[in-house]
Amino acid sequence: MIPTDRKYTREHEWILIEDGIAKIGITDHAQAELGDIVYVELPEVGDSFACGDAIATVESVKAASGIYTVVAGEVVEVNEELADAPEKINEDAYETFIVAVKVSEITESELISAEEYEDFIAQEA
Amino acid sequence: MREAYKLIFERSIQGHKGYDLPALDVPQMDKLIPDEYLADADLELPEIAEIDLVRHYTNLSRRNFGVDNGFYPLGSCTMKYNPKINEEMPALFNNLHPYADADTVNGALELMLNVDKMLSEITGMAKCTLSPAAGAHGELTGLMIIRKYHETREDYDRKTIIVPDAAHGTNPASASMAGFKIKEIKSAPDGGVDLDALRAAVGPDTAGLMLTNPSTLGLFERNIKEVAQIVHDAGGLLYYDGANLNAVMGVVRPGDMGFDVLHMNLHKTFSTPHGGGGPGSGPVAVKAELIPYLPTPVVFENECCGGVKLDYDRPLSIGRVKNFYGNFGVIVKAYAYLLSLGRGVREASQNAVLNANYIRVKLKDVYDIPYDRICMHEFVCAPTKEMIEKGVVTNDIAKALIDRGYHPPTVHFPLIVHEAIMIEPTETESRETLDEFIQAMRDIAKDAIENPDKVHAAPVTTPVGRPDDVGAAKNPIVKF
Amino acid sequence: MKSYVPNTISEREEMLKVVGVNTMDDLFSDVPEDMRLKAGLALHDGMSEIEVRREFLRLAKMNNTDLHIFRGAGSYNHYIPSCIPQLLSRSEFYTAYTPYQAEMSQGMLQSIFEYQTFICRLTGMDVSNASVYDGATAAAEAVSMMFQIGRKKKKKVLLSGGLHHEIIEAVKTYAHCLDIEVVIVPLNEKGTTDVEKISELADGASGIIVQNPNFYGCIEDMQAASDAIHAQGGIFTAYVNPMSLGALKRPCDYNADIAIGDAQPLGMPMSFGGPYAGFMACKKDYTRMIPGRITGETRDSEGNRAYVLTLQAREQHIKRQLASSNICSNQMLCAITASIYLACMGPVGMREVAMQNIQKAHYLADGLTQNKHAKLRYNAPFYNEFVIDTDKNPEVINAVLKSKGFMGGLPLGRVIPGDKTGMLWCATEMNSREEIDALICAFEEAVK
Repeated sequence: MIPTDRKYTREHEWILIEDGIAKIGITDHAQAELGDIVYVELPEVGDSFACGDAIATVESVKAASGIYTVVAGEVVEVNEELADAPEKINEDAYETFIVAVKVSEITESELISAEEYEDFIAQEA
Repeated sequence: MREAYKLIFERSIQGHKGYDLPALDVPQMDKLIPDEYLADADLELPEIAEIDLVRHYTNLSRRNFGVDNGFYPLGSCTMKYNPKINEEMPALFNNLHPYADADTVNGALELMLNVDKMLSEITGMAKCTLSPAAGAHGELTGLMIIRKYHETREDYDRKTIIVPDAAHGTNPASASMAGFKIKEIKSAPDGGVDLDALRAAVGPDTAGLMLTNPSTLGLFERNIKEVAQIVHDAGGLLYYDGANLNAVMGVVRPGDMGFDVLHMNLHKTFSTPHGGGGPGSGPVAVKAELIPYLPTPVVFENECCGGVKLDYDRPLSIGRVKNFYGNFGVIVKAYAYLLSLGRGVREASQNAVLNANYIRVKLKDVYDIPYDRICMHEFVCAPTKEMIEKGVVTNDIAKALIDRGYHPPTVHFPLIVHEAIMIEPTETESRETLDEFIQAMRDIAKDAIENPDKVHAAPVTTPVGRPDDVGAAKNPIVKF
Repeated sequence: MKSYVPNTISEREEMLKVVGVNTMDDLFSDVPEDMRLKAGLALHDGMSEIEVRREFLRLAKMNNTDLHIFRGAGSYNHYIPSCIPQLLSRSEFYTAYTPYQAEMSQGMLQSIFEYQTFICRLTGMDVSNASVYDGATAAAEAVSMMFQIGRKKKKKVLLSGGLHHEIIEAVKTYAHCLDIEVVIVPLNEKGTTDVEKISELADGASGIIVQNPNFYGCIEDMQAASDAIHAQGGIFTAYVNPMSLGALKRPCDYNADIAIGDAQPLGMPMSFGGPYAGFMACKKDYTRMIPGRITGETRDSEGNRAYVLTLQAREQHIKRQLASSNICSNQMLCAITASIYLACMGPVGMREVAMQNIQKAHYLADGLTQNKHAKLRYNAPFYNEFVIDTDKNPEVINAVLKSKGFMGGLPLGRVIPGDKTGMLWCATEMNSREEIDALICAFEEAVK
């Protein structure tokens, strides 16, 4: 099931915004497409990103996927666990955030609901 | 047969040695270098007798597979036969120092100029640089030339390179390294450039378009004139990725298609060996107006006093991209090939295209061919729906080919075809070889449906079975 | 005319029928008619092997490779053991592509793994890639790596003025595209990098590259340079001559973060400047930032030790525009050359050959400076190269030496604008005492 507590992008990312902080991760569909994740390239806390920047990269053996952020702002937290256990994303993509950003701007037009995302991946296949 | 082969470090025996130097014949002087600059101990290198060293590398070579071992239809890599005369020629130049006096290197410079002229003629361009060491290095050089061209015209906003989604991964990577932003455009349903998408993509920020023609699908871009027109009208330049040049030599020239700058891979099209990953050579050719931007030094005819000279006085040049003059030894091999073929390059391309089409036609009833029309020197197929339902994917087909004595085609590329298998036979294979390969592919297709477990188990004839890639990447062990 | 096509004309015709077309031209129907090459290429008809060989011999005779070589400057005349060309002629190696199909490429993959181990042992670093094009591109890639290690925030890099001028030029070409400012740290009067200047210039720099021995042959105080850049949070990249490491301190000894260089001295012929190989190694922390191919050890399905290309998702063919380098190939055959050379020499041979270079270069320097017209420019210790200043035009001296069969030291004015007095000399294990003595005699005649 696709959690309904958050928003999605057509680039297969999820964004959960609470108290002005956006937690960003990739969807279960994305982790399945990538296969075994072996490395996550993370930004540093304090780095700032504009909308559309590659904020992190998720790598499997045969693919690499840039996380292009739809929210601009400063990184306030990164998921340090992923350094040693990138497979956490494979195990539970929705419970494993990658970065958290203090939101200064959002590209609302890029965000879709859980239902819309479900339709989107059905269409893509 | 399946067993690990000892590393050279595991063969070390104290006191053994494989070298021999004459005794020092000058009076030995002490304390020439202060102790603080000298190492405390000898290097930790293996100690090996010459015979054991020779056997080690000879046996390692037997655990490898090259074009000389068998058919190697690796798409976009042009694994043609590497003629043996090419291999003998570089030794004539082994002792030539790159900073030898100009009057002692006339032969080497004339050779470089001749290669430049022949490659320029084949591609329909004005001038080449032979400096780049590989295809990707050539791409980077070519893109730097495009950048410098716009900068010199004070057209600083041209910061975007357009790349079709079917392009080689190096294209966007090179453009990024040259400081450009990348705009990717989707391919049209027929596999070509989507002209509407291209029209929408170009603008005052367009520095250029990178295109492979024929494309990575092995299809000639039928709308190439319109493509060139759209990019040029927008003020951009056209870059030709010469990876697939083997399809069109003597038939049509990138210069005549409208391209402004291109690179070639001497290790693909011009028969120099790939060497297991290098050294290669990636000359870049340009139209006349881009000559001033070529990297230094440039080889020119010496107009005042005859002969050939290296010109360093190039104020608009992008600068140097490599030390000395390029991978000269590789250029020598390509010259041997160019001399051997001359106008015969047309026959080479025609037969490369014929061989690819022959395989395509003979596999179309058992594999999925997403773009089934006359192809150029390569084509893309994929496992059928029925095979995939049986759990047989491209990787399995590749491994099954290994057991039948073939190097698999390029797999999982281009990205726009799911489970792609890209087959490039080249012109140097006989019909008999092609027929045997076709039969192997048909047998595997049959096994995939009737006996998928057999395909999953492949390969069984190799020194090792399928390796654990995930384990290697998660926990990298990169030295002994 | 030949094309290495085995099929006869009639076989080709039968194949055309199978494809469903009549002529070769029909295969190219997608090519717009007016674009096709009507006249044919303006090339000759193709040659037999005898004719090809004749042309090469004609060109080879136009070169002069009979001179006794006393010149280095980035390409060195060293001994190449006979087993090297013999083993490199194994066509299972040289006619192979990049080892993407691991099961049938274990020979190449293991060779790369061994090469990486050799480079790590030579430099004392933790991780090596499978090689890059040459020393200059290794330096350019190192600049990009230092930029990434600094999280792309420090848009300045320092280069020692003792780096080979061609390396400086290549780095500038690459750095221009990344909008990185290149600042040259001058040499002091001893001929080595001015360490105080490093401290002055290091603010905001991602790091520095220092060459050892430097272009002028001088042995640098690498520890001091390393300390100076580290004190300001920069990365220290050591560009080293691999053969000199048989005797000199290794990059790990002075806490280098990245070690690079050109592997040419390890068994590669001068070959008019290439192909050589650039080596690159670094500390473990920077594994993800090192460009190019890397081979890793793993297990196969039956638990046997096996090798694969690993960490590939960093590379261009997967990461596309997000990749930090576009490099796809390495210089595999040249890397194997370096491995075979190091295995052949072993620990004792590497020490001995490095010591012979030091001894012969000093014997040569003493001989050349016995007269009042020539003196050593720098007083820093040197390895196998050194600069001699003369009161006579170096080009004139060079011409006299050439007429007597010698390739003398490089007149520096050719590569360093305004240098009217210097010649950069080199002696290696290849120069016998008899040859050196004869050169010294010829030099004395020439400088008089």
